[in-house]
Amino acid sequence: MNIFRKLLDSVKPNFEKGGKLEKFYPAYDAFETFLFVPGHTANTGAHIRDAIDLKRTMITVVIAMIPALLFGIWNTGYQHFLALGQPDTAFMDMIAFGAMKVLPIVIVSYAVGLGVEFVFGIINGHSINEGFLVTGMLIPLCLPVGIPLWMVAVATLFAVVIGKEVFGGTGMNILNVALTARAFLFFAYPTLMSGDKVWIDTTTAAGETLADGYTGATLLAQSTESATNYVNAAGVQFTDVFSAAFMGTIPGSIGETSVLAILIGAAILIYTGIGSWRIMLSGVIGGLVMSLIFNAFAVNPFMEVPAINQLVFGGFAFGIVFMATDPVTAAQTTRGKWIYGFLIGIFAIMIRVFNPAYPEGVMLAILFMNVMAPLIDHYVIRGNVSKRLKRVKVAA
Amino acid sequence: MDYINIFVKSIFVENMIFAYFLGMCSYLAVSKTVKTGVGLGAAVIFVLGITVPINFLLENYILKEGAMTWMGEEFASVDLSFLSFIMFIAVIASIVQLVEMVVEKFAPALYGALGIFLPLIAVNCSILGGSLFMQERQYSSLGEATVFGLGSGVGWFLAIVAIAAIREKIRYSNVPAPLRGLGITFIITGLMGIAFMSFMGIEL
Repeated sequence: MNIFRKLLDSVKPNFEKGGKLEKFYPAYDAFETFLFVPGHTANTGAHIRDAIDLKRTMITVVIAMIPALLFGIWNTGYQHFLALGQPDTAFMDMIAFGAMKVLPIVIVSYAVGLGVEFVFGIINGHSINEGFLVTGMLIPLCLPVGIPLWMVAVATLFAVVIGKEVFGGTGMNILNVALTARAFLFFAYPTLMSGDKVWIDTTTAAGETLADGYTGATLLAQSTESATNYVNAAGVQFTDVFSAAFMGTIPGSIGETSVLAILIGAAILIYTGIGSWRIMLSGVIGGLVMSLIFNAFAVNPFMEVPAINQLVFGGFAFGIVFMATDPVTAAQTTRGKWIYGFLIGIFAIMIRVFNPAYPEGVMLAILFMNVMAPLIDHYVIRGNVSKRLKRVKVAA
Repeated sequence: MDYINIFVKSIFVENMIFAYFLGMCSYLAVSKTVKTGVGLGAAVIFVLGITVPINFLLENYILKEGAMTWMGEEFASVDLSFLSFIMFIAVIASIVQLVEMVVEKFAPALYGALGIFLPLIAVNCSILGGSLFMQERQYSSLGEATVFGLGSGVGWFLAIVAIAAIREKIRYSNVPAPLRGLGITFIITGLMGIAFMSFMGIEL
């Protein structure tokens, strides 16, 4: 660490007032506060002394996503070799293949997003917004592996500029930035974001794309046909589809497949108090309630999918744990969080089942509730105000 | 089931604001606070719920080709549909006037809360839009037309209160100076439109 400290101290004069790189102070500040707890002291008001700040909070979320990322890397390789008919490939080969596919997406997302943050920080003269640390990781995790890198760059650019910077940066945005990126791609390039060709990389060693004879459809896409019969990338039927979906050995977006890895992340978020357990719990309850209602009617195969399976299929777990709990775009009040999470669960399953074009209902449900969250808060606060007013009157 | 389908569809799938961008002027102008948003939204629900069924009757018993057969066989070939615009808007304007008078007489508190917005509804595009969509989609019964009118109103209501709550929230945001006010509101509306696209194509 001493090396970093010395390096930073040696360049610091250039960036301070009067230095020749004065304009780029926000960039310097970003690196300094990222590496060290800043020595700034507050002058007025009451303060809580705590080492945690926005950057530490964000890094905790990124750490919580690491299991999902690692699993996603392995699963990318696993699905690839499964589709090629070589499921016995060595573990390290799968990891290597997955890393080659996934890491470029992560790097592009971070490079573009942080680039935008630095430009805005320098132009506006405010410190760099750390919020992108999380977004930059969420974007790759919610994309299919076959996505071209330029699309990742365009979506990140759109989401960060239109979704966040126009509102004044981190903490001000209305919609979850990563979801904005995903929704942008989803509506702008639907063929590359859905269907059954994008979830698995099927390029053979010789560089050719595998022709027909494999099915890369996600479990959700298969659910429209049948509630019991699912096949994997090799065309073999799953004997126990629940545990496959729970472990995550299924096709899907990079980070969303393994519910187990996501639960590890959820545990970290809940233990550190960074993610709201209320939203997660009420989201799961909402999803369960809606699936049970559909089970009761069961007029098409999708409605017959057991409620517990609905929770492990697709991006439900990922969305509820990492995206719905985004403290900026979620409801802020305690009662609001219960309502917000519950409605996400309800809408997610509803869009999934009713809208055959968008099996990935979770993303859209969260976006929709992001829009409604300020309204929920408004009425929760109104309710509190009138309740307390009543109490005052009784006392008087 | 048909009624529920039309109702849900007109709220979410074919939302007046986010699917057709109708009634934007009052939507942008009156959405600064939730309170006024709720007032105007309620008035729109009310007017849409009344004018669409009335215009439905007009359309089916006077304007449409052959609609006047009930007056006698010699009218079977009369087609007055070229008059529909002027008839619809006349109905809307007079209903709004009537509503205004009734509200003023019987609910002065509500009248005071709505203020200028009540007469302004007469020129709200989503109201005329509601009647024209009713004509174009040829709903089969008065009930369907009423449900469609109410649903469109509820959709508009939802849109304006949602953006009003958001605008109350972003009052504390550091929006770049050139975008403050209407600029950011347009961007928010676009983003909300993306969120509402989730319901596109839903068939109940």
